[in-house]
Amino acid sequence: MTPQSSIWWMVLIKCAVLLLVVITTFAYAMLAERKVMGWMQLRPGPNRVGPWGLLQPAVDAVKLILKEDLTPKTADPLIYRLAPFISLVTAFAVYAVIPFSEPGPGNVWAVGDVNAGILLILAMTSIGVYGISLGGWASGSKYPLLGSVRSTAQLVSYELAMGMSLVGVLILAGTTSLVGIVNSQAKLWFFIPQIVGFIIYVITAVAETNRAPFDLVEADAELVGGFNTEYSGLRFGLFFIAEYINMLTVSCIATLLFLGGWNAVVGLTIVPGIVWFLLKVAFFMFAYIWLRSSFPRIRYDRLMAFGWKVLLPVATLNLIITAAYVAVRG
Amino acid sequence: MTVAFWILAVLLVASAICVITAQKPVYSVAGLLAHFLFLAITYFMLSAEFLAVIQLIVYSGAILMLFVFVIALLSSGVAPFAVGPDRLPKIAAPAIAVIAILLGFVAYAVSREPAVKPSLRGIVSGPVGTAGVFGSVADFGHALFTLNLLPFEITAFILMVAVVGVILLAGDHVPYVPTRRRARLVEHDMREAIVRAGEE
Repeated sequence: MTPQSSIWWMVLIKCAVLLLVVITTFAYAMLAERKVMGWMQLRPGPNRVGPWGLLQPAVDAVKLILKEDLTPKTADPLIYRLAPFISLVTAFAVYAVIPFSEPGPGNVWAVGDVNAGILLILAMTSIGVYGISLGGWASGSKYPLLGSVRSTAQLVSYELAMGMSLVGVLILAGTTSLVGIVNSQAKLWFFIPQIVGFIIYVITAVAETNRAPFDLVEADAELVGGFNTEYSGLRFGLFFIAEYINMLTVSCIATLLFLGGWNAVVGLTIVPGIVWFLLKVAFFMFAYIWLRSSFPRIRYDRLMAFGWKVLLPVATLNLIITAAYVAVRG
Repeated sequence: MTVAFWILAVLLVASAICVITAQKPVYSVAGLLAHFLFLAITYFMLSAEFLAVIQLIVYSGAILMLFVFVIALLSSGVAPFAVGPDRLPKIAAPAIAVIAILLGFVAYAVSREPAVKPSLRGIVSGPVGTAGVFGSVADFGHALFTLNLLPFEITAFILMVAVVGVILLAGDHVPYVPTRRRARLVEHDMREAIVRAGEE
């Protein structure tokens, strides 16, 4: 690591800016979701607060903060209060290692370029599950408990296939550093040689972030609100923020690992790398919303069977073929 | 660095004590989670990035998750542990003896000059993360799959033996019934139950 990028106040400023950017992105991702879904379903979406509904996130935040913070009598107070923070902190922690653009001389576009960057992201997301499972359990009522048991089973099974689908990329790139992975895609983006891995990653990413059509954890039709049924006010808000930030995270990972990160589309190097990165992330976020307004929720047993009997074997096969190819090529 | 180490050391010991003294199982899990996190940070400070991340993924992400799953399924309430027979007095003396012997081994190993000095080849001072520097993923993988492949595989085998052993010891010794026949039996039982409910 270069000296300039590791001075403590530089790191601190980067963290503060990043926190602000990610929170703002969350707010407008939420608005974008409501708007886009509105258009897809032939209705206007939020359009009352501010021009074109642009100030809607601000009033939503005020509403969430002012609402009463309830703790059920049957809840375990300590774990109940701790759970939303586990979700949010792990969701934010991931951004410490995500690089947003090409590292310049003496500095990086990230808080830190960690050698095992992608692994650290996987570790953090796997800890984020505790927020949901402990939160649902500690609520002390049946629907949240069902939601949290579902989430544990779903996330643990889909994490396996997800990890497997990423290893193919790591083998091709020969590194676990995110900057290194993006640099090795200068000629060919990995979604072409790793098309199978890419498809599996996109599917598992939707399941990992509990988004429709895999939102069995919340499933408002069967479980009221799933793990967060008992939460209200800002604590519910924290779970909500964490969900959107996790969406953003998996979009960033997909961009970095499969779509060439900040590498420009052939010939268009005049546009700076950060713009390319953001455009690709925005594409994935749009695809998320698109999925949500297009597909019905999948039945729970089918979801588990699909994860274990289809995604995992195919991902393993993809990994073996990729490894064999790299071994033969030398 | 030293200050950070001592803060971490205190937190590590405190969270470990929390694990064994907590009244509710879920508090023990929370304590263990905190313990794993602090341990991972300690590994990071020792430049063992890969070990730190694996610690988080395997222990916190998979194994501890299993604990939470079991607790959530078995204890729907937030009741403390059921108090079982107190086995501690019986096993305290042998346990202390075993621990003392183990500690003796450690003390002996530390005091003795190492017979084979660990090879310093490959441990290069430099920025963390470049290949060839201690703790990098490439070096870890290389060491694991070349020099230490046999111990690695044997460890996996021993863990497998442990799993089979647990199933043998804890499993209920019900005679084997083929799945299809068992399904028929279950169906039969259910029918009877429905008939009985109708009669009442």
